Amino acid sequence: MTYIPMDTRSHYAALVRRKRLYGGLTLGIFALLMISGFGLANERNAGGFWTGLPQIFDFPAAVWADTAKHLAEIPAHLVHYFPALLETINIAAVSTLVGALFGTVLSLLSTRGLAPWPAMIPVFRRIMDILRAVPEIVIALMLIFVLGGGPVPAMIAIAFHTSGALGKLFSEVNENADLKPVEGLASVGAKWGQRMWLGVIPQVAPNYFSYGLLRFEINIRASAILGFVGAGGIGYELKNTMSWGQGKFDEAAAIFLLLFLTIVAFDQLSSYIRNRLISEGGH
Amino acid sequence: MSTDVLSRDTLYAASDRIFLRKKLVSIALPAVVLAYLAYVFFAFDILGLAERARWDNAQTLMSDTYSYKTHVTRDNRSGEVSVSIEGERKGNYPTGTAPDWVVRDGQSTRIDLGGGQIVTFLPENALRFEIPDYGVIEAAMSGREIKTNLTGDLPDWISASKSRLQITTDEGRVSLTRSKTEVFNYFFGWELFWFTLDSPYYGYSLTDILFGPQIVQGQSNIAGAVHDFWNNPMWHHNMVAWAIFETILMAFLGTFGAAIVALPLAFLAAKNFAPLMAVRFALRRVFDLFRGIDGLIWTIILARAFGPGPMTGALAILLTDTGSFGKMFSEALENVDSKQIEGVASTGAAKSHVYRFGVIPQITPILLSQVLYFFESNTRSATIIGAITGGGIGLLLTQAMLTQKDWEEVTYYIILVVLMVMLMDTVSGWLRNKLIKGE
Repeated sequence: MTYIPMDTRSHYAALVRRKRLYGGLTLGIFALLMISGFGLANERNAGGFWTGLPQIFDFPAAVWADTAKHLAEIPAHLVHYFPALLETINIAAVSTLVGALFGTVLSLLSTRGLAPWPAMIPVFRRIMDILRAVPEIVIALMLIFVLGGGPVPAMIAIAFHTSGALGKLFSEVNENADLKPVEGLASVGAKWGQRMWLGVIPQVAPNYFSYGLLRFEINIRASAILGFVGAGGIGYELKNTMSWGQGKFDEAAAIFLLLFLTIVAFDQLSSYIRNRLISEGGH
Repeated sequence: MSTDVLSRDTLYAASDRIFLRKKLVSIALPAVVLAYLAYVFFAFDILGLAERARWDNAQTLMSDTYSYKTHVTRDNRSGEVSVSIEGERKGNYPTGTAPDWVVRDGQSTRIDLGGGQIVTFLPENALRFEIPDYGVIEAAMSGREIKTNLTGDLPDWISASKSRLQITTDEGRVSLTRSKTEVFNYFFGWELFWFTLDSPYYGYSLTDILFGPQIVQGQSNIAGAVHDFWNNPMWHHNMVAWAIFETILMAFLGTFGAAIVALPLAFLAAKNFAPLMAVRFALRRVFDLFRGIDGLIWTIILARAFGPGPMTGALAILLTDTGSFGKMFSEALENVDSKQIEGVASTGAAKSHVYRFGVIPQITPILLSQVLYFFESNTRSATIIGAITGGGIGLLLTQAMLTQKDWEEVTYYIILVVLMVMLMDTVSGWLRNKLIKGE
């Protein structure tokens, strides 16, 4: 067999050219989609992008003007809306706890090697997919219709989604768990619950905790936004204060401030704890 | 020897302490969680909730999702009888026609609700309702009051007063007021989902339309049927499709727009690429700020400037995610392998070539998979943001829910939203797998 280096090189060059062509084409199509997409979105928007752009600071300016006028009252507003903020945080915390609990059970039921009924694994996976796929607002609005406004519909709605989302992440963690403790426990006649509680949970707890914290952060945002559609907490108060209109935006400003500070504080806190967990795990 | 004993004792003591701590934690942690849940139980007033809950609403919701009702209405002033599906003008049976369970016989109308229950509209605004296990209820308007043959204690499915009589059985509902006599008959399914009554294709099966003779002269069955389905005035399939598309568009523009904005900024904010530490610090704070001002606040601010619509939603997602992507991308950049970069640089490549061939290939799979993951979750967020800014399927969903009347439409939207999200999940999961494991 004769070896022709030039041929290899030209073949390689052709491959590179083709790869570049495909890459260029993909980029081109993507750019086209973005541009036409923005055009379309702009067309269907009530106000155009370019007419709106100069007005983008009008609202923050109006809020700031009202705030500046009533600067002395802001601390009082902050105190006044603190219970509502607490409700929002409670919604997030409870739904994270409940979601983590259901997520743990679902993840154990759907991990190969740990599941008590291996044949049912696909069923539990699909259940988690569906739990994840239903947007919170759908469940929240339906429950508001039945249960009336308040924190409970939001809590249940977020817990639904959380159990699906955490269940998926937890089952990924479970797959990396060492099965030796489980086998050891099984050899002394431990039941399934005992094997999981004593053999698996201690191994995966730090990772669960870290994912749970991340979810808690997301859930604070979710519970604030659900409040806006009528499910209680700080979002609901924000909607009310917004509807009072120009001249009374100082209360809205206080809520903006509370919400912003809360989100940033929990963001920093959770990343600090997660970093510590990771560095502890490294020892 | 003595040191050995001593160290053994200290070891025992140390292990005892560790065990004690573990025991305490394993009791204290669940106790704290339980105490917190107990506090929330009272803070959220769960006990009061059971009283405030409207279980009848839940029942309406459940039954409406899989059934529809047909109204037979008599105007008590003119005596005219009309039949319509869901009581909507768009679902009216044309005058003179009626389903076969409504029989008109001169002055009276006989309505067979099924199960042997028969309602008859009699002249002089009178009503006769035969219920097999109960008897015959007769009612009529006498002057301005309702007179009935009902006496004694009424069962809870009948409510009667001078101005209103309402009878609810498991087959349907009859109500009589001064202005009208109305009968609701419930059926299984979503009626008129494909075609409304005024469409020539109503009542034909799929095989009739596909293979049967031409229903409308001079028009192919398929084209006509698709047109009538698409423009169905009751279910608005075309509007719903647009709304779904708008929601996906919001998520797409927001996510990928944010990625495009965040990528160059991430280079400036990464430790190993930042030209100036001051710039790096400032950018990190900007990312925190954009993330901290939640999507909700961005939505409110932007809706004031741009008005309601998909553009506002897309920009709200774009701004929030620029913060998230900026942080994530710069962290990914800080973890790149410097060997490849040095290798490319050692060939005398220009700075731009070092980035293009040394850095980008390393981070592309990570970045793209993060972006796709966000795209997927933003489809869900776009539903909620749409409900606030007034765009996409979120708006249709909240509107349909707030009117609290057509729960079958709500069910339809929910199914579509769930399908949309699952489709996005699948597509992005497939793409991510392909990107990470190599094409």
